[in-house]
Amino acid sequence: MTTKSNSHPQERIGVYVCHCGTNISAMVDVEDVAQWAADKLEHKGVVIARDYKFMCSSLGQELVEKDIHELKLTRVVVAACSPHLHEKTFRTACERAGLNPYLCELVSIREQVSWVHTDKVAATAKSKAVLSGGIERVLWHEPLDPMTVPIHPATLVVGGGIAGIQAALEIADAGHPVYLVERDASIGGHMAQFDKTFPTLDCAACILTPRMVEAGMHPNITLMTWAEVENVDGYVGNFDVTVRQKARKVITDLCTGCGICEEKCPKKVIDDVYEAGLGYRKAVYTPFPQAVPNFPVMDVENCIYFDTGKCKACEKFCPTEAIDFTQEDEIVEFPVGNIILATGYDLFDARRVSNYGYGHLENVFTSMEFERMNNASGPTDGEIVLRDGKTVPDSVGIIHCVGSRDMNYNNYCSTICCMQGLKFAHLVQERTGATVYNFYIDMRTAYKGYDEFYQKVLEEGTRFIRGKVAEVTDVARLPNEEGKLIIQAEDTLIGKQRRIPVDMVILSSGLEPRHDAKEVAKTFGISCSADGWYIEKHPKLDPVATMTEGVYIAGCVQGPKDIPSSVAQGAAAAARVIGKIQQKEMALEPVRASVLEDQCSGCRICNDLCPFNAILFHEDTMLSEINPALCQGCGTCVAACPAGAITGTGFSNEQVLAQIEGLLMDMSV
Amino acid sequence: MTEKNDFEPTIVGFTCNWCSYRAADLAGIARIKYPPNVRLVRLMCSGRLDPTFVMKAFAEGADAVMITGCHPGECHYLEQNYKALRRYLLLRRTLVAMGIEAERLHLAWASAAEGIQLAREITEMVERVRTLGPLNWHLNGSQPEVVSEAAIELEEVAA
Repeated sequence: MTTKSNSHPQERIGVYVCHCGTNISAMVDVEDVAQWAADKLEHKGVVIARDYKFMCSSLGQELVEKDIHELKLTRVVVAACSPHLHEKTFRTACERAGLNPYLCELVSIREQVSWVHTDKVAATAKSKAVLSGGIERVLWHEPLDPMTVPIHPATLVVGGGIAGIQAALEIADAGHPVYLVERDASIGGHMAQFDKTFPTLDCAACILTPRMVEAGMHPNITLMTWAEVENVDGYVGNFDVTVRQKARKVITDLCTGCGICEEKCPKKVIDDVYEAGLGYRKAVYTPFPQAVPNFPVMDVENCIYFDTGKCKACEKFCPTEAIDFTQEDEIVEFPVGNIILATGYDLFDARRVSNYGYGHLENVFTSMEFERMNNASGPTDGEIVLRDGKTVPDSVGIIHCVGSRDMNYNNYCSTICCMQGLKFAHLVQERTGATVYNFYIDMRTAYKGYDEFYQKVLEEGTRFIRGKVAEVTDVARLPNEEGKLIIQAEDTLIGKQRRIPVDMVILSSGLEPRHDAKEVAKTFGISCSADGWYIEKHPKLDPVATMTEGVYIAGCVQGPKDIPSSVAQGAAAAARVIGKIQQKEMALEPVRASVLEDQCSGCRICNDLCPFNAILFHEDTMLSEINPALCQGCGTCVAACPAGAITGTGFSNEQVLAQIEGLLMDMSV
Repeated sequence: MTEKNDFEPTIVGFTCNWCSYRAADLAGIARIKYPPNVRLVRLMCSGRLDPTFVMKAFAEGADAVMITGCHPGECHYLEQNYKALRRYLLLRRTLVAMGIEAERLHLAWASAAEGIQLAREITEMVERVRTLGPLNWHLNGSQPEVVSEAAIELEEVAA
């Protein structure tokens, strides 16, 4: 327990209050805070208190270093931004000056004071209180040495879309092993379903499939399709991954990918995944001709044999006896050092916007249906036709922002739908000559070559109507509306309601987090934003790392983005992982619990509290011991030990109790 | 209690490094405003919350204490926030036995994305404590009105 008098008379504290330009100083009288610390907390050991424009600048850091040398500081407290931003900066500065980095404390007077309060007097008073808390706390800091852990050279990449493929290839090309785990039967992701990509209009398959093949053949990549990660244990550098290899009912070692089983299978099933419900597949199938790997999977729910016990046509005709109806799921375990999550997105379900008619008006199509329809190998052989399969539309309406920028569904902009809508407009015009109407809220074409594409589509004669569509209906009011779909929208540029009769409507649906994003996040110990996208460590400066060391994110899992950005993130995440692997070991925060043997009564209360099984009980000595390699530093056992025999470095009882005293220094009676 | 109207409570808030502390950061980044009455302590996990910390805060003059952590099922350390929940429930009983209103201790879950929610929790807490008035329990010997045991039990069952 702490006492009101200075229990550490020998310590010499330097206090630094940052202006952060005007970010802090506009709401906190920083000079007053520094002066107050110098005057009122001198008895605590404060030997110098300064305020400075930008503490994190090199000049600010040098100020600290110089004071450590000249004034023989033994503790440093910086009142500035959140420790999540600059704790490392000032710890490093201390280290450079020869002071143990863990003898530095950062108190937040920006995120928790100046940016959230509106009364300068109160904000200044609160700044003093939190600074006082930091000063009391820092007295109890101990010099610590970071723990180093080895980094396992293998990496787990989850999700075989373009972001995951890119990440896997980069790491594999650098010479390190990669496990690429994909839930579906083939890698390729959403991109494999597209026909053309904006703004260059190159064929998606032509640019994607070589990368898929490369990933499939790469000697450093272990490809696991039709597989899901079930569990992850451990920590950065030393994760233990458990993967469920779902039963394909096909022995991949024997299968040659000849496709005879698929050909002979008598059961036709609507393919609502790859063909977006427009086409059919068999009960044993490869999702698409260029699938990697090219082994089929068996859809047990639709297979006649599993239903009636008869058929086995695939088995009879398979030339290599690769069909195995008895195959079971397999659990595969392996260690990795780092993890990249590239699990992508789900397309917004357009049925939810019932006033747009998808699901009950037959000629309303989703963007994915249109992509498939457009594809030469798709269900209509690349013909743009109405639901009847033969009529070419004379007029087409494309509705932007379906499920995006809409308070009823998702507030965010899905970023790709404008360009997608423009691409559709171009393709419809090019292939059918139909009149195309694009209904948009704002046109968002901000990227290399994107606005040029928009200009091109404008020149081609597509009509653009700025306004949110109210409804799509087949109820005609005028003779020219008979038999058509009528799009009712407010044209905000002319200030009028308009009714546009068309033959076909395409909904440019937005992107949503995967339906199971939350559970997956839990498996990997990372967090989701309120929308459900995974949260990056820093929105600007660390977009592919997460708060969990060793777990990275890439592609749409972090937020809606187009192909170039997904590829860039895949490569960026890979670069981060390669850097870690090449260091071979890394320093971890030495925030760990340990048992004081002479105080441990052997009651074992702590034993069952640890979720990481880091606490061992020695029957011979009747003492508990904490394995520092397994301990993650949560501190639950520290709080629970009835004898106070467990200490937690960085967050000891003394440190927290002293901080509370300091925080409430103005409340003492 | 005439000074109740201009009474500004002081509240100590315990935050988890992974969620609620980041929510506080996010509230700052988004410039969401809340009253300056709360002073935050960062712990690695709400499971680190030693009940002594709460007692210490009250003893040092805090009018109320907030415990914040990850939502149930979202703990960075798997399940330690459930331990915080249990301690919170027990602590409230202890506080009542000591003559402190149970409302002076509040538990709020806030994920790293919930800056707005955390700011709202803080604002509401400040308002509640403003109505309760200063704690002053170590000064006046009189027992404040406390919630009945039955009411607490009811909430415990719900939790």
